[in-house]
Amino acid sequence: MADADVNRPIGRVRFMDAQRVNLDGFATENPGLGMVAYDSPTDPTPSLVIRDGRVVEMDGRAEADFDSIDEFIARHGLDLEVAEEAMAVGDLAYARMLVDPAVPRGELVRLASGMTPAKLAAPLAMLRPAELMIAMTKVRARRTPSNQAHVTNRLDDPLLLAADAATAAAFGFRELETTVPVLNDAPSNALAVTLGSVVGAPGVLVQCSVEEALELELGLRGFVSYAETVSLYGTHDVFVDGDDTPWSKALLAAAYASRGVKMRVTSGGGAEALMGGAEGYSMFYLEARCVALARAIGAQGVQNGGIDSASVAASVPKGVRSLAAENLMVMLRNLESCSGNDALMSESDMRRTARTLPTLLAGSDFICSGFGSIQRFDNMFGPSNLNAEDIDDFLAIQRDWGVDGGLRTADTDDLARLRRRAAEVTRDVYAWFGLADFTDDHLERAVDAAGSKDLGTTDTLAVLNAAHTIKTSGMTGLDVVSALHQCGYPEEAQRLLDMLAARVDGDYLQTAAIFDEQMNVLSLVTDPNDYLGPGTGYDPSPDRQREIDAIRQQRSVEDLRRAQDDPEEFARFSVVGEAAVGTAAGEVVVGLSPAVGRAISRTLSGLTVSEALVEVLAGLEEEGCIARLVRVNDSIDLGSIGLKAARLAGSGIGIGLQAKGTALIHRRDLSPLANLELYSVAPTIGRADYRLLGVNAGRHAKGATPDPARNPYSDEAIEARYHTRVVALVAIERALATGGAAEELAWKGER
Amino acid sequence: MSDRNSLAWSGREASELSVDGVVDGVLGPDDIRIGPDTLRRQADVARAHGNPQLASNFERAAELAAFEESEILALYEMLRPRRATAEQLRAKADELEGREAPICAAFLREAAAVYERTGLTA
Repeated sequence: MADADVNRPIGRVRFMDAQRVNLDGFATENPGLGMVAYDSPTDPTPSLVIRDGRVVEMDGRAEADFDSIDEFIARHGLDLEVAEEAMAVGDLAYARMLVDPAVPRGELVRLASGMTPAKLAAPLAMLRPAELMIAMTKVRARRTPSNQAHVTNRLDDPLLLAADAATAAAFGFRELETTVPVLNDAPSNALAVTLGSVVGAPGVLVQCSVEEALELELGLRGFVSYAETVSLYGTHDVFVDGDDTPWSKALLAAAYASRGVKMRVTSGGGAEALMGGAEGYSMFYLEARCVALARAIGAQGVQNGGIDSASVAASVPKGVRSLAAENLMVMLRNLESCSGNDALMSESDMRRTARTLPTLLAGSDFICSGFGSIQRFDNMFGPSNLNAEDIDDFLAIQRDWGVDGGLRTADTDDLARLRRRAAEVTRDVYAWFGLADFTDDHLERAVDAAGSKDLGTTDTLAVLNAAHTIKTSGMTGLDVVSALHQCGYPEEAQRLLDMLAARVDGDYLQTAAIFDEQMNVLSLVTDPNDYLGPGTGYDPSPDRQREIDAIRQQRSVEDLRRAQDDPEEFARFSVVGEAAVGTAAGEVVVGLSPAVGRAISRTLSGLTVSEALVEVLAGLEEEGCIARLVRVNDSIDLGSIGLKAARLAGSGIGIGLQAKGTALIHRRDLSPLANLELYSVAPTIGRADYRLLGVNAGRHAKGATPDPARNPYSDEAIEARYHTRVVALVAIERALATGGAAEELAWKGER
Repeated sequence: MSDRNSLAWSGREASELSVDGVVDGVLGPDDIRIGPDTLRRQADVARAHGNPQLASNFERAAELAAFEESEILALYEMLRPRRATAEQLRAKADELEGREAPICAAFLREAAAVYERTGLTA
């Protein structure tokens, strides 16, 4: 080894270093910087002192020293009638209640309402991952789980936003969140996503995440139907750096409610550390303050679980666990949980999946507070933990575990139709208001686009102008209803009006409210979680279960049988008579499985059986051997087929070939399972391999020594790709293995 | 849960809303604006479902329901850090008191005191 290489790690380590997980940052715990998930030495011991009905000490801090967050929680956030009882409950006792099916949600929530932030944090820090999941299943507010999508693109293109919003609605997302790379585009994005949403499905909630005042205005004017970007922080200084106070946030919450618009707040462990303001506290304790404050200001729900700082939390030991504990804390405060799983927290597919899986399995009011329904590069929040790249994965995982993650398979034709309609509606409405004109080419590109890169060059200034007009013209959601109707879209007009009219009833202001597609409100009030152990709580309805199960990739034996039906291939084979024992010294018999020439036309590698056979026979010919074809009808076992062929062959050497492509070389004096060479991985056996098989069989027949075949290099999940097909192909073979005598076949091949 | 006869700010019932009414200009923004009584009823629902804080929010909102949007935005702005003096907040509270918004008035007075103590006044 050269001197320069002395310090180089060994190859195994270099290989490990090159894996994607090592792009992630991992931090040593550092409580001083707030880089610790649980239990910083600075975290207070829980305490609550009430004098004359007034909190005078909370979590080790006297009233005179309360910061603005303490003050708001102490004055508004605690149920003082329960507090004495709740603060006296042992941490371990409460932790056990959380997983005890005999203790109902209502009791847990009642006690939590009297617990200070530090007090509620303590038992949650004791829960192991599986216990967190059980508790989430029991304590989330709404019985029916749901999911939220991000709908954005790099160009703020309205037609693409609308098409993607309709797409997200078709996939089952019940909340759509958009945002902008260019702040002034916000009114246009809000309008376009709302238009797409009403094309996609009834009752889809829409928000546009921007600066607080603008977001409020968009809500009040009816361009969006909920708000979420109302951020809370766990320390006074960081809170004020965010240009708000608990009182201003509470006023915002009331402002939204005053116009009948749903809102939730946002927080998340690691945010304070990221901003250099954790003051030595653990992430989980600071988040406990945020969640207590969320309840105190009267928000109905919280988006947390790291959010923008998820990767900060994930960089420290138990950080990912603490994100799940944050979600559970929201549920225990009797609030809607919009459970993070949004910001991409790792370059590793395994780590990001491992982060989200517990939430999906346990169920939450919203599994993701932003599943990127668009491609990563178009996600203007930054890539989400799950994106368009992962929708099929997510649907498969729902099906694997039989759980409802809020998504469904969208019919391929429906998607095309909905995307077109969403783009047309948006073009027409923008034209109606004189906001912008879009060409036919632009529309066609938006319908077909998998992302904004497929749009070509667009007029981004036109978007800015449209947004400016929306903002300054004074138009409202009702004007959009009118425009939809007059542009010839009465159904969409009705759906948008229904969303606006829902403000009058105010039922969707209640905790964890969503609409189903019949515009029923599902919330803590109308659809309360009633989990009390196995056999209780939410299970998908039979219809919903079918929706979860029927992913578009599933195939039946019948589907595969149809795909294998190839009369031209089958006609190449004809029966000559009963198979006889040969005597020629150089004769090799190729034993074929029952379905060859009858029901299975292609091997798993995609060759027709005849194409494989051509090569085998050519290999035998190269070695000067004579070949005969025999179809075995009493076994589908490759060893038996090969052995039977060998016993019919003059040379005593036989080849076994199953219709699916698996092959071997056999000799008449061996037992069925012992063979000379096995070509077992049918999907990877190509023409050259079949040629080699023929050559080697020929050499065996002549008593020469062949060079055995090697398996090719492969890192594919061969079994995942092919086993379902194998099951179907084996079933087809077995049905044809009727026990009849082996048949001599003639074959009209092309060489 | 509220009953189905919620009255919009305009006094019209939610069930009377129709696309035709919107297109014909019979219906306006006040017909899709929630009324204070509905918010108070939702406060009762929230309280009955274990969330008195959400109820309080709806009660503050019931008062704000009568305010113009620009006034609400101005109130929000005033409560942000160091936008107003304690005196300005208290004066605003007095004004709210006179406009049948006693809950919001008390809320502003509370904010004024905390802002003074924690350095959040202008």
